[in-house]
Amino acid sequence: MKAPRLTDTTLRDGSHAMRHQFTREQVKNVAQALDKAGVPVLEVTHGDGLAGSSIQYGFSLTNEMDLIEEARNAVTNARIAALLLPGIGTRKELKEAIARGIQVVRIATQCTEADISQQHFGMAKEMGLEAVGFLMMSHMRPPEFLAEQALLMESYGADCVYVVDSAGALLPDGSASRVRALKEALKIQVGFHAHNNLGLGVGNTLAAVEAGADQIDGTLRGLGAGAGNTATELIAAALDKLGYEHDWDVFALLDAAEFVVAPFMPFQPIPDRDSIAIGYAGVYSTFLLHAKRLGKQYNVDPLKILVELGRRKTMAGQEDWILDVALELAKQKK
Amino acid sequence: MDASLNDKVKVAILGSGNIGSDLMFKILRAPGHMQLALLTGIEPGSEGLARARTLGINASHDGIQPILDDPEIKIIFDATSAHAHVRHAKMLKEANRIAIDLTPAARGPYVIPPVNLGAHMDEQNVNLITCGGQATIPLVYAVSRVVPVPYAEMVSTVASLSAGPGTRQNIDEFTFTTARGLEVIGGAKQGKAIIILNPADPPILMRNTIYVLLESEDVDRKAIVESVEEMVAAVQAYVPGYRLKNEPVFEVREMPEGKRTLIAMLLEVTGAGDFLPPYAGNLDIMTASARQVGELFARKLLGE
Repeated sequence: MKAPRLTDTTLRDGSHAMRHQFTREQVKNVAQALDKAGVPVLEVTHGDGLAGSSIQYGFSLTNEMDLIEEARNAVTNARIAALLLPGIGTRKELKEAIARGIQVVRIATQCTEADISQQHFGMAKEMGLEAVGFLMMSHMRPPEFLAEQALLMESYGADCVYVVDSAGALLPDGSASRVRALKEALKIQVGFHAHNNLGLGVGNTLAAVEAGADQIDGTLRGLGAGAGNTATELIAAALDKLGYEHDWDVFALLDAAEFVVAPFMPFQPIPDRDSIAIGYAGVYSTFLLHAKRLGKQYNVDPLKILVELGRRKTMAGQEDWILDVALELAKQKK
Repeated sequence: MDASLNDKVKVAILGSGNIGSDLMFKILRAPGHMQLALLTGIEPGSEGLARARTLGINASHDGIQPILDDPEIKIIFDATSAHAHVRHAKMLKEANRIAIDLTPAARGPYVIPPVNLGAHMDEQNVNLITCGGQATIPLVYAVSRVVPVPYAEMVSTVASLSAGPGTRQNIDEFTFTTARGLEVIGGAKQGKAIIILNPADPPILMRNTIYVLLESEDVDRKAIVESVEEMVAAVQAYVPGYRLKNEPVFEVREMPEGKRTLIAMLLEVTGAGDFLPPYAGNLDIMTASARQVGELFARKLLGE
């Protein structure tokens, strides 16, 4: 059996855990190591996609366009991808990212709002890019609903659509049933992106692969939002053990994780109290560090903030509501 | 001298969709110095046209033509599309009428009633920017009239159900136009806009967060808060559901360039529920602003 295509997003999802402080040097070293280890696609962007550098999400230390170029120059075989969230990034930034070296764009919408991505898929295909759709917060809707949204992206020209478990809230059967529904409905490929908030990053990814996922995501050491992502080196080793045919070098990935990424990580993302709360409450994984910071500032338990944000059905990118909830909970305490 | 309320200017609405219908109800509820003479669309079977007729308003599916045919109609609200407005703008200009543009076409200058409308009362075509712009630009302006604003950012969260196909297919234009408005009218040196759609059921009220970054850590917080409160009251005069959820939140942030003051303002807009449901505050603020602009132009035409 052929292994799914592996996209490493250490340099994009990992940007959240890095508080968007990646340096050129780090990006160069990670990109080189992944390229040498045989990973075919690397995603490099601000954590919230092109133009994500903001007060809302955190300013980038280094301009993401420079990081894209740095990564492109560091690799020989791997293709460079960028993430784009319509409503945050626009075709203007997409055009610049193409000029700086991306060959793949991943276009992400809330799993209910695929129809805001048409103009971006249009431009991507017009400019000869591989275009991948990302249905964020996929746990919030049932499989059949997601399949309809994925069909919209397919009609706009997507080459693949991902079930994205942005909240790390899915369990293995929910991951598999969503991938299966997309596989049945679409002619194009289907992908799966996990977060490890409930400790199921690898488990959910394996379930998705069994259900037919053609593409999967990982990050070295799981560096990413919330409790992090499926660790690239772990899923690579697991799929190897399962007998899938692949082009990656497991030991080279172990080295990349241990000797390139681990030394600069500010912390090891794990399913700790607040991260589990994110998966349990079903909120966007990137809320973690913002909730911790504001919890401290207003003397409110971050877990309570996160659970309340889940009750309010917040979606991807609504970081400003964390301040709102923190202020309200602080008032209630008085 | 106030124009007598008995003196009226004939106005018309182009576009019989949700926005046109909500605006119709707003003008009927509070006509001021306007008399709504006509609502036109292009779909003979349009619900909006039928609704107008049951309310005793003349309605037509012949688009702009019946408006051009009646020289008494002086002010036209265009609630069609940017594409259509480009054509309408030219025709209305030639016919010497005033166009209040609710589309993103931006043929005329951007206006926000309590901020800069006074400077554009001689224009024949004014544009209402975006719903997020109408909501957030006044507050950025309220800060920039007290202290220079190098950077302002707005995040607009709207209920999925209240974001129509126009917004969905042109979401980039929302961010470009709103960011530009934060700069040109809000007075920020650099503006940034983000829009998020939220599908929660029941739908959420329109929410906007405005962040303003100031050059120093030492600012006159009291003067800024007073200016913001004054502006909130000025907008509330024509958008009753406009309110800050909290006093402006001040924070000193360590930035690579040094210490900076960050102000966060959490804004909520409840629609008046004239036709569209109250959660659609984003649409309400557009139609409420349009009505206000129309009223001020009407008064001017009456020689106030």
